[in-house]
Amino acid sequence: MSTPFYVSPEQIMRDKSDYARKGIARGRSVLVMAYADGILFCGENPSRALHKISEIYDRIAFAAVGKYNEFENLRLAGVRYADLRGYQYDRSDVTSRGLANAYAQTLGTIFTESGKPYEVEITVAEVGDSPADDQLYRLTYDGSVAEEHGFVVMGGNADPIAGVLKNEHDPTLDLDGAVTLAVKALAATPDAGEPRQILPTGLEAAVLDRTRARRTFKRLTADRLTTILGASAS
Amino acid sequence: MAEDLGLHGRLPAHYTAAGTSSFSDFLSAAAPDLLPSRRPLPAGATVDAPHGTTIVAVTHGVGGSAGVIMAGDRRATMGNIIAQRDIEKVFPADEYSCVGIAGTAGLAIEMVRLFQVELEHYEKLEGNVLSLEGKANRLTAMIRGNLQMAMQGLAVVPLFAGYDLDRGLGRIFSYDVTGGRYEEHSFHSVGSGSMFARGALKKRYNDGLDEAAAVKLAVDALYDAADDDSATGGPDLTRRIFPVVMTVTADGLRRVPEDEVAAVVEAIVAERMIRPGG
Repeated sequence: MSTPFYVSPEQIMRDKSDYARKGIARGRSVLVMAYADGILFCGENPSRALHKISEIYDRIAFAAVGKYNEFENLRLAGVRYADLRGYQYDRSDVTSRGLANAYAQTLGTIFTESGKPYEVEITVAEVGDSPADDQLYRLTYDGSVAEEHGFVVMGGNADPIAGVLKNEHDPTLDLDGAVTLAVKALAATPDAGEPRQILPTGLEAAVLDRTRARRTFKRLTADRLTTILGASAS
Repeated sequence: MAEDLGLHGRLPAHYTAAGTSSFSDFLSAAAPDLLPSRRPLPAGATVDAPHGTTIVAVTHGVGGSAGVIMAGDRRATMGNIIAQRDIEKVFPADEYSCVGIAGTAGLAIEMVRLFQVELEHYEKLEGNVLSLEGKANRLTAMIRGNLQMAMQGLAVVPLFAGYDLDRGLGRIFSYDVTGGRYEEHSFHSVGSGSMFARGALKKRYNDGLDEAAAVKLAVDALYDAADDDSATGGPDLTRRIFPVVMTVTADGLRRVPEDEVAAVVEAIVAERMIRPGG
């Protein structure tokens, strides 16, 4: 009888992390950023039906990169968590902090206890009454949570995109300005190469708009994106 | 919410289960004690609770201007007592439908809350809106769940109306206590004053109504209901309490602002000064 190999816990965790990171790096990036009237979500996604960006509750939305079936699972859980809370208590008692905690616990447990970690990275955003009350939480495959300010970039091509936003992001931009900047950032390539061409039909974009009553989430249609991007190009 | 987080704080399996987009189905797995139907009265017991009274709905128009309006008086009664004089009994169900309630107010309001979450939950999970028939059927299931309470005197009888985006017209659905669902044409009314309201609607309704005329017709019918039914509240001009009126068209749901309803009510009261019977 052969003796099983000893593998140290550090090695197991490192292997799982590498595995998850590789999976996430294969996907296209999604960015989340603050603008004057709320929070903009924008990512490259040619599909009209399989969303990476979704509404969770009145003032809360969700963006994800990685493996579709895994983040879709988390999205369902988030909507159910939020609707249950809102029904049990009151609509105003549903917070992104509570949701981020529930996600963190779930992702952390999956990472340590199951053989295969989730290959996902998600952002939970909540729009407040004023820009100072906006909240952005970034969650990674192992359940770590970070509260971010200004913008979050997730996915394979995150560094060049974050590089553009670091220089140019301005939370007082209006919606048109924010969308234009988002598309410019998404088009950035590593090593400051020639930017790629991104068509409005290949984009998925949505906002949490604090000026809307009750449900603040709204998708930006391809027509709307064409208008915004067309105006900024000319 | 510690009870939500199972072993090691992870969200339990039914949160991530695929296959259902119904909030009630999810509740029955995650928190069954929150379902109204899981909290029965002790056998044989009856309680006195506030009752909501009269709701009317009227469809109007064809083509682009088609829609439906719903209006309700503001009174809740408990036996011979007026339990509340400014209760609201017409609620938005979602962007294209509304629901009015008659019967036991507490149970009905809870049912409406669950119904609202049910519709929004489906919309968020599925990414598209339920058909109007689909919404009407969800309400059936909830009323059926309340049958035991209804047999102990706590019936809930809603009226559901909405704009059918596929057919481009306003539609009205009524229910019985067992959850039986019936589509009504042109107009309908439920609650203690419904007999008088329906009589008024029948005499004054015609196919050529526009939205403003339909609003006036509905408020007129409520006035007639209050005239003959002690449980229906008439317009309260001293306290400025007027019926709740909602309109649903292709543009979505809108609650008619109070000053617009006030103007309609004042015109009706002025007419009744000359002809009290309308």
